Amino acid sequence: MAKANCPLPTSNLSEILDKYKQSPGSLLEILREAQAINGYLSREVLQLIAEELGIPESKVYGVATFYSLFKTTPTGQYIIRICESAPCHIRGAQDVLATIEKTLGIKPGETTPDGKFSLEFTSCLGLCGVAPAMMINDQVFGNLTGDRVREIINSF
Amino acid sequence: MNLYRAHVLICGGAGCLSSGCKAVLDKFNTELKAHNLQDEINVVETGCIGTCDLGPVMVVYPEGIFYQKVAPEDVTEIIEEHLIKGRYVTRLLYERPASGEQIPFYNEINFFRKQQRIALRNVGLINPEVIEEYIAQDGYLALGKVLSTYTPEQVIQVLKDSGLRGRGGAGFPTGLKWEFTKNAPGDQKYVICNADEGDPGAFMDRSVLEGDPHSVIEAMTIAGYAVGANQGYIYVRAEYPLAVQRLEDAIKKAHEFGMLGENIFGTGFSFDLEIRVGAGAFVCGEETALLASIEGKRGEPRPKPPFPASQGLWGKPTLINNVETFANIPVIINRGADWFKQIGTEKSKGTKVFALAGKVNNTGLVEVPMGTTLREVIFELGGGIPNHKRFKAAQTGGPSGGCLTEKDLDQPMDYESLVAAGSMMGSGGLIVMDEDNCMVDVARFFLEFTQDESCGKCTPCRVGTKRMLEILTKITQGKGEEKDLELLEELATSIKATALCGLGQSAPNPVLSTIRNFRDEYLAHIREKRCPAKVCRALLQYSISSELCKGCGLCARNCPENAISGEPKKPYTIDQEKCIKCGNCLDKCPFNAITLK
Ligand SMILES: Cc1cc2nc3c(=O)[nH]c(=O)nc-3n(C[C@H](O)[C@H](O)[C@H](O)COP(=O)(O)O)c2cc1C
Ligand code: FES
Repeated sequence: MAKANCPLPTSNLSEILDKYKQSPGSLLEILREAQAINGYLSREVLQLIAEELGIPESKVYGVATFYSLFKTTPTGQYIIRICESAPCHIRGAQDVLATIEKTLGIKPGETTPDGKFSLEFTSCLGLCGVAPAMMINDQVFGNLTGDRVREIINSF
Repeated sequence: MNLYRAHVLICGGAGCLSSGCKAVLDKFNTELKAHNLQDEINVVETGCIGTCDLGPVMVVYPEGIFYQKVAPEDVTEIIEEHLIKGRYVTRLLYERPASGEQIPFYNEINFFRKQQRIALRNVGLINPEVIEEYIAQDGYLALGKVLSTYTPEQVIQVLKDSGLRGRGGAGFPTGLKWEFTKNAPGDQKYVICNADEGDPGAFMDRSVLEGDPHSVIEAMTIAGYAVGANQGYIYVRAEYPLAVQRLEDAIKKAHEFGMLGENIFGTGFSFDLEIRVGAGAFVCGEETALLASIEGKRGEPRPKPPFPASQGLWGKPTLINNVETFANIPVIINRGADWFKQIGTEKSKGTKVFALAGKVNNTGLVEVPMGTTLREVIFELGGGIPNHKRFKAAQTGGPSGGCLTEKDLDQPMDYESLVAAGSMMGSGGLIVMDEDNCMVDVARFFLEFTQDESCGKCTPCRVGTKRMLEILTKITQGKGEEKDLELLEELATSIKATALCGLGQSAPNPVLSTIRNFRDEYLAHIREKRCPAKVCRALLQYSISSELCKGCGLCARNCPENAISGEPKKPYTIDQEKCIKCGNCLDKCPFNAITLK
């Protein structure tokens, strides 16, 4: 999600819970904001949310794992999301992916040992007009080539 | 208000953002100040102008000159040459792909000239963050008119008369849906805007949300009045952070202007909006899954009926429409059903926005009357296929649709004709493919997508698509058998008949349609173990051109199977028996000496 990886130093879990407790159906909002605190949803965080909302932990876990943008394991400071949809595919996304893998030494689903970058696939980013495309946190990049993607990564 | 002698519209849509329009905009503002022109020339950051591949793009008025691929280094020249001396910067003008002829004027470029913009009327023209600009374009006029002079029944009648159908995929008549929701018993009702836009290759909703968010807010408020709802939700996918931000901003400003919230325009009608952000699940675009997601649950669809119009959000009657559907509505109210009805074809009224992606010269968004042919869209607006390649197919309807081929080029595109041609409208994504794309690979790719996005609730979709994917993968690896085609068709038919929601029911479509149109290509993979488009790596033979090879040995050092041998400074050779077709040598060779057959 949008602000998933920019830590919000001022907010903490109980504030988030207080804000949403009264409005029904806000589990997704709570999970999103909770994830923003340190980039992922730990077991303890999920437990606490379940307790506070008075719903089974299995349900909270079920929701958190249904959506691909919720993380239950730690992620890097920057999440590179490379689009794997057809329009990007037919304009050479595989080559871009290969360059990223080579540059960072990680495969999709992995994080660099220094914790700086995670690499992930995403569905269409709506940037098909400038395919192949990717996002790094909230920033969008298009018309990618091997050279350009190397330059971009080095600029972080 | 200041009267400016020139306006510079710089596209701030996502496509141009990705190619660096922010730096151009900043440079423009500082350079204008440096030239002391800030009171004469107005710079506007607009939504998507449409030509994403040419970004960053800008239009300079009053002349209407279109500049493409503008870099910050070009800004001083544009100011000094164009804005001060009145001479266009010719090297930044648009060039017609086929002839290379330069076309300076925005409205003479086919891509723009052939469009009729209703849903996209303001996108690329106004600053989405300035509500006054929307109002100046007749924004909120329709809402005012409806609240002060129409009964809810009259609003619905206008929509029914207009013939507007849903732009989110199914093409259901919008007026009828509003009527069902209005007539459903219950005192609490909701209006929802489906802004999940999951179809790979479609980005029109994004463009409306980012470039003209007030049009959606206005239309949803009109809907609230017509169906009797006081609360609305906009469900936006998380992949669109800019859209979320623009919507939040627009909602806030609409509140400040008294066009949203309590007692709108002083008429006593109240309506409010909340944004709900998705979390990365394609199936949530399906309306019942979307409802579950707004309720904070796993986004799994449920069988219909009951339809959301009678039992929707928290069991209450709920109207769900797509972004583009909503964006049409204020104009229909302002200009009348009769005006709208004369655009388009007999059963498909109005315009449709198509997202051109893939192998086409002008990628981006075009809005054309329903019934425009595929040929016009791809070859006239889209400028044809790049690099003088041949058109092979266009996928419409995304992973739920099918492909159109050469024989369909002169088909008018509307809901019915597309279905008759074996595809569907879907949300209007148009992925163009040329001779270098392998249709078996494309079919496999789409299926992989739906398989991946299957929520797993029903067996036909969860297991059936997996079986199909295995077979397709086998074929692309050269292990296919002829009976596999029949098996694919059989599986496809039964999944279509038994899956729970539209995702599963339509998942086999790309496979069926490619088998129908490109049977020979499948057979080449199966019988001859050959990929005619040279895409499926396992079916290619790698060899080294003795003319181009300089004997550097890089390939041999990178071959994991030691299949390459030779002596330094002499051409190397590949042992076909050992080669596993990993493609390492191809990636590594500095002289392009590795050839594929
Ligand atoms: C798998 C699946 C995904 C869908 N995704 C979307 C979507 O991203 N956006 C959308 O507007 N409609 C989508 N739909 C269609 C919606 O269910 C619904 O028909 C639509 O939002 C109704 O709006 P309309 O009548 O204005 O078209 C999807 C349907 C299915 C089966
Ligand atoms: S397909 Fe990659 S951004 Fe749309």
